[in-house]
Amino acid sequence: MVSPETTDMRYDLQIIGSWIEKDSKVLDLGCGNGDLLAWLTVNKNVRGTGIEMDQDKVAHCIAKGLTVLQGDFNDEVEDFPDRAFDYVILSQTLQQVFEPARLLYSLSRIGRRVVVSFPNFSHISIRLQLLLNGQAPKNEQLPYSWYDTPNIRVITLKDFRKFAQDVGYEIVDEVAINTHQYDYYGKIVRRFKNLRATYGIFSIEMPDR
Amino acid sequence: MHTDDVTSERAPLIVEKQFFTFAEGEDKMMLESGALLGPVTIAYETYGTLSPKKDNAILVAHAFSGDSHVAGYYSTDTEHDKPGWWDSVVGPGKGIDTDKYFVICSNILGSCMGSTGPASINPETGKPYGLTFPMVTIGDMVTAQKLLIDHLGIKELLCVIGGSVGGMQVLEWCIRFPEMVRSAVPLATTMRHSAMAIAFNEVARQAILADPNWQRGDYYSTTPPHMGLAVARMVGHITYLSDEAMRRKFGRRLQDKSDFSYEIDVDFEVENYLRYQGSKFVQRFDANSLLYITKAADYYDLTSKSPRNSAEMDFSLSKARFLVISYSSDWLYPTYQSKELVQALKRAGRDVSFCEIEADAGHDAFLIPDKRLQDILTGFLDGISRNH
Repeated sequence: MVSPETTDMRYDLQIIGSWIEKDSKVLDLGCGNGDLLAWLTVNKNVRGTGIEMDQDKVAHCIAKGLTVLQGDFNDEVEDFPDRAFDYVILSQTLQQVFEPARLLYSLSRIGRRVVVSFPNFSHISIRLQLLLNGQAPKNEQLPYSWYDTPNIRVITLKDFRKFAQDVGYEIVDEVAINTHQYDYYGKIVRRFKNLRATYGIFSIEMPDR
Repeated sequence: MHTDDVTSERAPLIVEKQFFTFAEGEDKMMLESGALLGPVTIAYETYGTLSPKKDNAILVAHAFSGDSHVAGYYSTDTEHDKPGWWDSVVGPGKGIDTDKYFVICSNILGSCMGSTGPASINPETGKPYGLTFPMVTIGDMVTAQKLLIDHLGIKELLCVIGGSVGGMQVLEWCIRFPEMVRSAVPLATTMRHSAMAIAFNEVARQAILADPNWQRGDYYSTTPPHMGLAVARMVGHITYLSDEAMRRKFGRRLQDKSDFSYEIDVDFEVENYLRYQGSKFVQRFDANSLLYITKAADYYDLTSKSPRNSAEMDFSLSKARFLVISYSSDWLYPTYQSKELVQALKRAGRDVSFCEIEADAGHDAFLIPDKRLQDILTGFLDGISRNH
């Protein structure tokens, strides 16, 4: 496998990659062309598995030597044993999930830690559009019209924190970033996160029950 | 990636069918049914070079009517002879690259392409076994292959790969000899034969049994049951195709005529095709072998033997990396059956990849040249040989 450089990945994946411990077992949901898995395999010596719906992307990943299952991750995650992975990663997809609470519960069952990234719906550009135009907001992170969007959930950093608290997840790590959807570069937002961040990345775990 | 024109410039792969005989004398082979069989001969072919560490061997398991001739040509072949049955996948620079790997393919026990089967001479009577040949299982076929691998001095297989009934052998290898299998690629296969698959096999068997020439399997010195065997093959062929493939290949086109004959005769191209397939098959295959091998496939149920009636327990001993492949239009072993297998492997904590390849050719799709399969296999096998 060609050693993939860190900066060849989307910025949020670079941050997620930095959170993963060496030699761990990782499940990447919606792994696409396997950029993150390939990076983790080479740089962190992880044993990675990906789940991806698209046949061509799955074939591409397997041809790269990655372990990838073709299927809908909402169903596929159910078959893994408890604590089968050290990390389960769900990047930029939570806003498209039909039953997020149920999915996150399953992920916390099969993984010790769950890493989630999503576009922040309380970003200033979104707030201003709704306030000034009175229309469903669009921006680079959420570019679709209300009638054809795959993004069926609107999530803010604050909402996610509250959800985690209500359900009983412990937030182990949290980073707010400002970047464009497919950008390799971005910056970490430290002040007024809920207003200024385009994406939030959380690492959560369910304390032993 | 290698392209087809690169490989076609190379000299054709010339192979030789070889034979390995065991269970001679008193020490007979104990079959799963409890019956004893011996001596047992297994026909096999090898491709490429075994590395000094003997760590580059790949076993290809063939489907029910296949043989050991997986690729290349025999030196005695004429220009009309076709290469082996998976020549698109196995060869220099191909998906299973014989420049890198030592490839072994053996004819299954119970077949008629060089290995011991119902058409072989029973040394005790000096006559062909016929129906006195003991029933063999997929497990017995794999046990015989294992003895061949031992004979070749190979301790561990880099990969066991096969489609259809060959896929069942792949799974059986992982259960019976888990320490010997580093990776496994079951294609277009199932953990257990479904009622529908058994039903089609039963129709095929009944076609042979209904042929008066069958004579309870004792036809080796008379006319064989060619009609029954041809009909059996015709039924089989329908299950290997798909609605889309048949529509594309034949539609309702008429065979060499512009109107119906209004007689009980060949009118449609599809009829002509099936008759041709049937008549071609009887030239090379033994009717009794078909009876035995279809039975072995029907008996196959990986989930029945484990304590909890699930395959998950069985796979827990395997260390292999798995690559499961299904084809979207395969209705003999549909994708949901591959997904059941994937589910069992996941539950057992195995490293498993799964890909459903979009193809309209039905069950036969795994035998048809396809670049996607080539690339997937190349990458998967690279990964296995790298992580040694």
